[in-house]
Amino acid sequence: MHTKSLKGLTIPLVSVLAGFIVGAILMLIFGYDPLQNYQNLLVGSFGGVYSIGETLRNMISLILTALGFAVASKAGFFNIGGPGQYLIGWFGAIVFTLKFSYLPAIILIIGALLCGALAGGLWSMVAGILRAYFGTSEVITTIMLNYIVLYIVNFAVKSWLAGKGSDSSPNIAAKANLNTPFLQRITDNSTFNWGFFIALAVVGLVWFYFNKTKSGFEIQAVGLNESASQYAGVNVKKTIITAMLISGLLAGLGGAIDGLGNFQNISVSNNLPNVGYNGMAVALLAAENPIGIVFAALLFSALQIGGLSISVYSNTPSEIVDIVIASIIFFVGIKYAFELIAKKGWFKRKNREEKGGAEK
Amino acid sequence: MEDYVVEMRHITKQFGSYKANNDISLQLKKGEILALLGENGAGKSTLMGMLSGLLEPTDGEILINGKSVKMDNPRNAKKLGIGMVHQHFMLIPAFSVLENIILGDEPTKATRIDYRKAANDIEKLAEKYHLDIDVNAKVRDITVGMQQRVEIMKALYRKANIFIFDEPTAALTPQEIEQLIKILRALAAEGNSVIFITHKLKEIKEVADRCVVIRMGKVVETVQVAETKEETLAEMMVGRKINFAVEKEETDKSKTVLAVSNLSVEAHALLKVKDLNLIVHSGEIVGVAGVDGNGQSELIEAITGLRKIKKGSVELKGKALQNLNARKISEAGIGCIPEDRQNVGLILPFTIAENLVLKSYHKKPASQHGLLNYKKINEMGRQLIKSFDIRSQSEKELAGDLSGGNQQKVIVAREISASPDLLIAANPTRGVDIGAIEYIHEKIIEQRNAGRGVLLISFELDEILKLSDRIVVMHEGQIVGEIDPRHTSSEELGLMMAGKAPIEQEG
Repeated sequence: MHTKSLKGLTIPLVSVLAGFIVGAILMLIFGYDPLQNYQNLLVGSFGGVYSIGETLRNMISLILTALGFAVASKAGFFNIGGPGQYLIGWFGAIVFTLKFSYLPAIILIIGALLCGALAGGLWSMVAGILRAYFGTSEVITTIMLNYIVLYIVNFAVKSWLAGKGSDSSPNIAAKANLNTPFLQRITDNSTFNWGFFIALAVVGLVWFYFNKTKSGFEIQAVGLNESASQYAGVNVKKTIITAMLISGLLAGLGGAIDGLGNFQNISVSNNLPNVGYNGMAVALLAAENPIGIVFAALLFSALQIGGLSISVYSNTPSEIVDIVIASIIFFVGIKYAFELIAKKGWFKRKNREEKGGAEK
Repeated sequence: MEDYVVEMRHITKQFGSYKANNDISLQLKKGEILALLGENGAGKSTLMGMLSGLLEPTDGEILINGKSVKMDNPRNAKKLGIGMVHQHFMLIPAFSVLENIILGDEPTKATRIDYRKAANDIEKLAEKYHLDIDVNAKVRDITVGMQQRVEIMKALYRKANIFIFDEPTAALTPQEIEQLIKILRALAAEGNSVIFITHKLKEIKEVADRCVVIRMGKVVETVQVAETKEETLAEMMVGRKINFAVEKEETDKSKTVLAVSNLSVEAHALLKVKDLNLIVHSGEIVGVAGVDGNGQSELIEAITGLRKIKKGSVELKGKALQNLNARKISEAGIGCIPEDRQNVGLILPFTIAENLVLKSYHKKPASQHGLLNYKKINEMGRQLIKSFDIRSQSEKELAGDLSGGNQQKVIVAREISASPDLLIAANPTRGVDIGAIEYIHEKIIEQRNAGRGVLLISFELDEILKLSDRIVVMHEGQIVGEIDPRHTSSEELGLMMAGKAPIEQEG
C-alpha cells in the first residue's frame, strides 16, 4: 500500500548491476577472468538440482532474518539484534528437540519451531521494553544483547548439552529433521528442507499483517510519525514492544529452522552467526518489502552458494563474492547519490532541448 | 526607463510538467517596499527561491543593478547583496546572538575571531536601523520577534541591500509587527529595497509601495498599493469574491461543555500551566489569545490526554477526563485540530483515506476482528473528501502530496465528522490560503451553531476577534483576563497578551 513499486525497483537493480561491475573491475585488475567466474557462480548456484536445493535452503534464514529486520524498521527501529535472535532461536529449537525427543514427529517439530521463535521474540522484546519505557537506543541494546546471548549459548551448550571433551550438542532425532529423505532424494542429497515453504508462508503472513491488520497499521503509523500516532490514540509503547517481539520471533524462527533442517545440532562458536547481518543487507536491498525480500534473498543466497564454486573451478578467491555483496549494499546505501545524478542528468537534457529549440 | 535594483524577466520554472512559475516579470526599485501577494502554492516561494539562488530558473533572466546574473547558488546571491529572512529562522539556539550573526562570516584578527570588532559593527547597524537586539543573549532565551531581528541583522551584517522577507509576521504579536514595520520603513529609507511575501492584506496596505499579485504561477497584476482597496487585492489573489463576514446564529449557551479547574501542567520540569480555570459552554466559541509559549500547547495537550496533569481536573459534560489516555478522551467527545498539522495531525506518507480513519481505524466499520476493511475505509474516505471539499485526485493519494489547505481540511473532516461535544482548534488556519481559511472558519462556526463547544487557540488576533464569542487571554500559564470581542481592538488585546495590562478575571 505504501510502496511505490515500479520506481522503487530502479535503485536495487542499478545497485546490483553496479555491484557486479565493481566485482568485475577488481577481478580484471588482479588478473582473473570475470566472465568465467560469473559463469562459474551461476553454475554453482543454479547449475543442477543439488545447487538449486542448496541455494533455496540458504534463502530460508536470509528471508526470515530480513523480515525480522523489516518489521522493526517499519516501526522506526534499527534492530541489529538479528544474529543474537537467530542464535537463541536455533538454541531453543535444539534444546526442545533434545529434551522432548519422545514426542511424535509433527508435535516435536512444531514445538521446537515455536520454542525457537519465542526465544528470539522474547530476547528482542527486552530491547523493545527498554526503548519504550526508558528511551534506550535499540541500536546499542541489540548489539549488546547479541553478545550476551552468544556467551550464554556457548556456556549452555558446553556445560549442559555437549558431552565430555566435545563442543557440540548431540544430534537431534532423525524424525525432527526438516531435511526429509524424500527431499534429499529429489534434490540430489542437498540440505533443502521444508523450512523453505514455511519461510514463504511467513512472507505471505507478514505482507498480510502490514497491509490488512490493525496491528500492522499501528506499527507503520508509529514508525512514520510517533507524535501523530500518540495524538490519534495509538498506544505507542505497546506498539513498539509488539514490533520488536515480532521482529525477534521471525529471526528466531530462522534460527530454529536452520537448527532442525540444516545443522541438526548446536556448537560452541566464537562469532555471532553471519546470517543475521546478511538478513539486514537483504532487507535493505529489498527496501523492506516482503515480496522484494524473497528476490533479494535469492540473489544473496545464489552469490553465497555460487561463490563457493568460484574457488573450486579457478584460483580466484571466493572472497570476491563478499566484495560484490558489500558493493551492492554500498550502492543501495548511496541511493541519494543516484537520485541526484538521475535528477541532474534529466534537467540537463531538458535544458539542452529547450535551448536547441530556441536556436531554430 | 527607470533603473531597477532587481529585474526578473519572463521567469519560468518548471518541475516536471508542472509550471510553478509561468513567464513572471517583476521589477524592484531602489528604496522601495514591494509586496508579493498570493495564496499558498501560487508560486511566491519558488520565485524568491530563484532570486536567492536556491533554485535555477528553467527560462528567463535575472538582472541585478542592470546586469544579467547567473544565480546558481545562495552564496552568489549573498555576494550580490541579497539577504533573505526566512519564515522559519535559521539560528542556532545554543549560540549567542552575536555568534549567530557572525557565523560563517567571522572577522578575524591573527586567526582569532575578533568579537569586539563584530560587536561594534553590529551596534552601529542596530542604531542606524533601530534594531533592538541584545547581542550577548543566547538565541534560545530571546523572543520570536527578537530572533527575527537577529535574522535581519545577519543580512545587514553581510552588507545586503536587497531584503526578501518570507511571511515575516506569521508568529509575531501586534506590537512586534508594528516594530517590524518600522524596521522595514527604516530599511527602505536608507536606500535598501525590500520584497515582502505575505497573504495579509492589512500589512500590505500599511507598508508596501507596490504589490505584485501572483495566482497559479502567473502575475495577475502589479498595482500601486495606495490606489487599491483591500477587497480588490483579495479578489485578485483568489480570483473570486471573498466573503469576509461570518454568520453567527443565536445559540443556547446554558450548558457547560468543558470545565477545567485549578489545572496545573508541567513540561520539562517547568510549570507551564498554573492553576488555570476555564469553561466552555455549548454553542460558544471561546478564543484563547496569547503569545506563543505561554502554556497554550500544554493546556491542549493536558485536555486531550497527551500530557500528564499535575493537579486539577478536566470535565467534559460533567465526566472527569483527567489523566485518561488520548483515545478514551477522544471517544468521550473531544475533537482536536492540532497546532502542527504535518507532524501531529497527519501521517504524511499515509493515504488521505487512512488519515481520515486515524482515530477510528480500531473500530467498526473501519476494522473488525483485528483486520482492516480497506473497502470501507476508502469508501468513507471518498465520502468525506466530497463533503468537505478536499481537493485531491483520489482517496488513495498520499496526504503529503496535498497542499497545506487541503491537508488541514483532511484534519477538519476527521475531527468534525466524529461529532465531538467539544472541538479544540489550535491555529486552525496557520499557513493556509484565503479560500481554505474561509472554509475552515465556516466549519468552526457551523459546529458552534449546532450547539457544540469550541475552544479556539490562535496567534492570529483577527481570527480570534472574528470567531470568538468570548476571549480569554493567557499569559505565563494563567488566564489573565477575559474580554468581549465586540468591544476590543487588536491593539488592546495585544497589550494584554504581552502581560502589560492584566484585567481582573470576572466572577
